[in-house]
Amino acid sequence: MRDNPRLEEKPRKDDEPKGQKVRPINNGTVIDHIAGGQALNVLKILGISGATDAMVSVVMNVDSRKLGRKDIVKVEDRELLEEEVNRIALIAPDASINIIRDCKVIEKRKVDLPDEIVGVVRCQNPNCISNTLEPIKSRMLVKVKNPVLLRCLYCEQPLTERIAEYLI
Amino acid sequence: MFMKRHVLSMREFSREEIDSVLDLAASLEPYARGKKSDMMAGRILALLFFEPSTRTRMSFETAMKRLGGGVINLGPAEGSSISKGESLADTVRVIGGYADVLVIRHPKEGSARLASQFSPVPVINAGDGAGHHPTQTLLDLYTIKKESRLENLSIALVGDLKYGRTVHSLAYALSLYGADITLVSPPGLKMPESIKADLSGKGTAVRETSDLGEVINNVDVLYMTRIQRERFPDPVEYKKVASSYRITPEFLAEARKNLIIMHPLPRVDEIAPAVDRTGHARYFEQSFYGVPVRMALLRMLIEEGA
Repeated sequence: MRDNPRLEEKPRKDDEPKGQKVRPINNGTVIDHIAGGQALNVLKILGISGATDAMVSVVMNVDSRKLGRKDIVKVEDRELLEEEVNRIALIAPDASINIIRDCKVIEKRKVDLPDEIVGVVRCQNPNCISNTLEPIKSRMLVKVKNPVLLRCLYCEQPLTERIAEYLI
Repeated sequence: MFMKRHVLSMREFSREEIDSVLDLAASLEPYARGKKSDMMAGRILALLFFEPSTRTRMSFETAMKRLGGGVINLGPAEGSSISKGESLADTVRVIGGYADVLVIRHPKEGSARLASQFSPVPVINAGDGAGHHPTQTLLDLYTIKKESRLENLSIALVGDLKYGRTVHSLAYALSLYGADITLVSPPGLKMPESIKADLSGKGTAVRETSDLGEVINNVDVLYMTRIQRERFPDPVEYKKVASSYRITPEFLAEARKNLIIMHPLPRVDEIAPAVDRTGHARYFEQSFYGVPVRMALLRMLIEEGA
């Protein structure tokens, strides 16, 4: 599989070589250039669980010139909102998003973390007030975008590594 | 100018804001010493202490009462709405309806910030777990300014620099004044790298040593903190370390004449009682200065919120 989603999303012909791992989608979103091994966390951020009705394809650990190894997620018949897309940057700051309509890439953009992430990542400090039953959502300030450095608004504890472990 | 609605962390203070608090505190000091005032007549301070406190709680109470205001107290959490499972958010909303300002101490980090999001009136953080205690830092700065100097200061922070929240905030605030800081601690209780990096990033000269004798002759202020027994699994090791950070009059023989010794108190045995009678001791003055400094904050916040 190549890095270029425009090539990737060409409708498959019967005589197409057998190396293609996932068939292209007609409508929906392709999230490419996810760091290898992070695809399932991307699904978690998007709220896609085993109970979903959507057709979802996940490809993991594909060779990539840019990342060494990358994952790809394809969600059919769902065009991700900008807010959803940007949350993906938490664990895949190099990801690119391709919105597909009628088998064509109609929009291609990079993820961009907002300045604050609300209700997505919990604070790693067990003694933080945000990890109690108070009627608040976790609030993480984005201090650095790549590599991601978050700081809890409440207790100011930083979070840099293993962010995926703290996804809500 | 001081334009804050809440006092939550020293990191939210500029040098100009600190200066305005210290200047107002100086003008209020006569009232802290007993001069009559009705500046805060009709105003109410609510104390929400979810953890024990002596100096902080009583000095806030003294500050408000000496200015003619009233104080209401949540009292122990047992028997209150807290024990019935009420959230901090609700408690703060309710008590904020009774008072003009809330002072909160709570065991969870970030609790004061949460309180500020729900309170209808200003919130002062009087300690949130291992987090912040900004009024302690402000009274420390006031003490240094009154009893020594804030400009071109050479200070040694001594003791538990790893867990002591007081020294983290103080070091940060001193960096705003370009102080020359020496960190003196046992190897296992050094100041966290992230805080040191932050200080160096601000252009502050920071040195580290574990030998107190090395610095005693070269500083204007010796800021002592308590080394807690529970940080050491081995009691023998604790005794060894604690005794090497004990200040006695003999130890001070070579110190600068104008050296002052500060301590946030309570002390255990890190400063010998005989040091109290030397010209260096300032820890009881420091404790008293909590009153004018807290008076200044109450005035600024209540007037701002009025």
